Amino acid sequence: MLKINNLHASIEGKKILNGITLEVNAGEIHAIMGPNGSGKSTLASVIAGKEEYEIESGEILFNDEQLADLKPEERAREGVFLAFQYPVEIPGVSNINFLRTALNEKRAHQGLEPMAAKEFLTLVKEKAALVQLDDKLKNRSVNEGFSGGEKKRNEIFQMAMLNPKLAVLDETDSGLDIDALRIVAHGVNTLKSAENATIVVTHYQRLLDYIVPDFVHVLYNGKIVKTGGKELALELEEKGYDWIKQELGEEIKV
Amino acid sequence: MEEAVTKKNRFLSNLTAGNSVHSDAALKELEHLEFPNRKTEDWRYTRVASLINKHLRESAVLPETENFNIPQLQSYKIVFSNGNLIRNDVANNNRVTIKNLETSDLLLNSQASLDEIFTTINTAFTHGGVYIHLDKNTILDKPIEIIHLIDGQNTFAQIRKLIVLEQGAEAQIVEGYYASEKGLSFTNAVSEIIVKNNAKLHVDKVQYESEEHWHINSEYVYQESNSNFTINTITLNGGTVRNGLNISVDGNNCETNLNGLYLLKGNQHVDNHTKVDHKQPHCTSSELYKGMIDDQATGVFNGKVFVREDAQKIEAFQQNSNILLSQNASMNAKPELEIYADDVKCSHGSTTGQFDDEALFYLKSRGISEKNAHALMAAGFAEDVLVNVTNEFVKLHINELLKERFDWEF
Repeated sequence: MLKINNLHASIEGKKILNGITLEVNAGEIHAIMGPNGSGKSTLASVIAGKEEYEIESGEILFNDEQLADLKPEERAREGVFLAFQYPVEIPGVSNINFLRTALNEKRAHQGLEPMAAKEFLTLVKEKAALVQLDDKLKNRSVNEGFSGGEKKRNEIFQMAMLNPKLAVLDETDSGLDIDALRIVAHGVNTLKSAENATIVVTHYQRLLDYIVPDFVHVLYNGKIVKTGGKELALELEEKGYDWIKQELGEEIKV
Repeated sequence: MEEAVTKKNRFLSNLTAGNSVHSDAALKELEHLEFPNRKTEDWRYTRVASLINKHLRESAVLPETENFNIPQLQSYKIVFSNGNLIRNDVANNNRVTIKNLETSDLLLNSQASLDEIFTTINTAFTHGGVYIHLDKNTILDKPIEIIHLIDGQNTFAQIRKLIVLEQGAEAQIVEGYYASEKGLSFTNAVSEIIVKNNAKLHVDKVQYESEEHWHINSEYVYQESNSNFTINTITLNGGTVRNGLNISVDGNNCETNLNGLYLLKGNQHVDNHTKVDHKQPHCTSSELYKGMIDDQATGVFNGKVFVREDAQKIEAFQQNSNILLSQNASMNAKPELEIYADDVKCSHGSTTGQFDDEALFYLKSRGISEKNAHALMAAGFAEDVLVNVTNEFVKLHINELLKERFDWEF
């Protein structure tokens, strides 16, 4: 589904990604871990198409299509979804209007008519229940005045509404208490299927107790330096990122 | 100097003097009044020189059309065509009078400024106009809808209104200004509004003339004790538009709400000048003006609040917020407070910025096109002004105009 080949990317002339290669297939959950500043969020942003980032070389293929050729909105309609680390507050724009517009643009892209009002509201009700999103929040302005946990649940609610092929969760666990973490993880796990894939970007192993990855990749200095199964996350938790740095240091010496 | 006089005379030469008791006095005033020039502080950002050079004339009425009615709105309808009153739905009854102003010129220009040149031109050259009078404690069962229609054939239209709400009366007025075609014309509208003790008036004004059109609107509002006056000025089209709102709050416990929304593109220029004069204590006034400006368009907001020496316990709030959508768009904002009382609460603020890029990316990352992302954010930005337009059919009408002009669906 997603193939990243030797990707180099920068922001304002500063190189952040230094040759990432990664393949994600349908039905898989990949975790990307790494210390602060290793390029995890950059990778998520580049996949979603954030304009400030420049791809210097390499490619990102999504279902054999060059993502770099697509605008962020086109990527979303094709089935890419980014759950933001810091969801943006948009005063005056109602959460519901925003979602209806998004859903109907995606449907138009698929050659479908706009969803009937009643069907839409039923879907909203069902998906909001999945992450226990309060009724009031659905009608409020997008993320405005939401608590940290509500914002993250709203991200997963949107993901549930838009039903993406590839979901990239950027530090979705940051700022969450354990109850909110469980709710968010429950949402993500429920949405998982053999047809979609998930990339979980996280600093801590904690989230991976609830969303169990098939692969764990360690990102360091803009490169994937180690890949393993879910046990790699536990090892990292135990030994810390310094372990990776040391290991790398030795490799470089050799 | 001589040249200026010649220009003024030529500009007015195609107009015929009105026949109200005030026409002659106004004509006399005009002999020494001058058009604002670049030294006139109050017109610093709105230059009228190019208007004065135009050759304008009075025009005959246009065929009546239903095109500009607000769908579904049940109303008392009044229609002006090229400045002439052509339709007046309201049969006079004991409580409400709506009639041609010439027959009631006793009150015409009783208070409106004689030193303002465009108002004085209106007084001198108005033929008719409308007089709306609500008797004591009369509460209208439906809004008064005033439609102003103008062509694009160099028409110079004077529109005159006198609106009087006696004690305890309540009314809603919906005003729409529309052009039947593209092309230059000039609407010079003057309203005098008297809101007496305990009376309540709500006005929604929608401006939607053509991009070549000139529009100067001067309103003089007088509030007595315990009265409530609200006006929402929604400017969605028009070439050069100048709205002058002059509110004299001369009674205790009054409430005054002035709201404005202006969405500009092309070479449009819209200037909202407000003046609220608090002469008595224990009143509140609130102003919220918001604008979005694209292309080379320019906006002006100048809000003056006076609080006189004896007007204690005044609460006056004023906010002007703008979003510039292009490099060449510009905004001139000037809030002014003059306070002579010592126990008041007054605040004002003005901001001019761009759409938040982070928010735009967030919307796009959900599959929303740039155009719809702008529309959503525009709707969000405009919402706290439009929420004051309480009549749902008027609101729908505004949404229709937004769709037509900007292809925005709210």
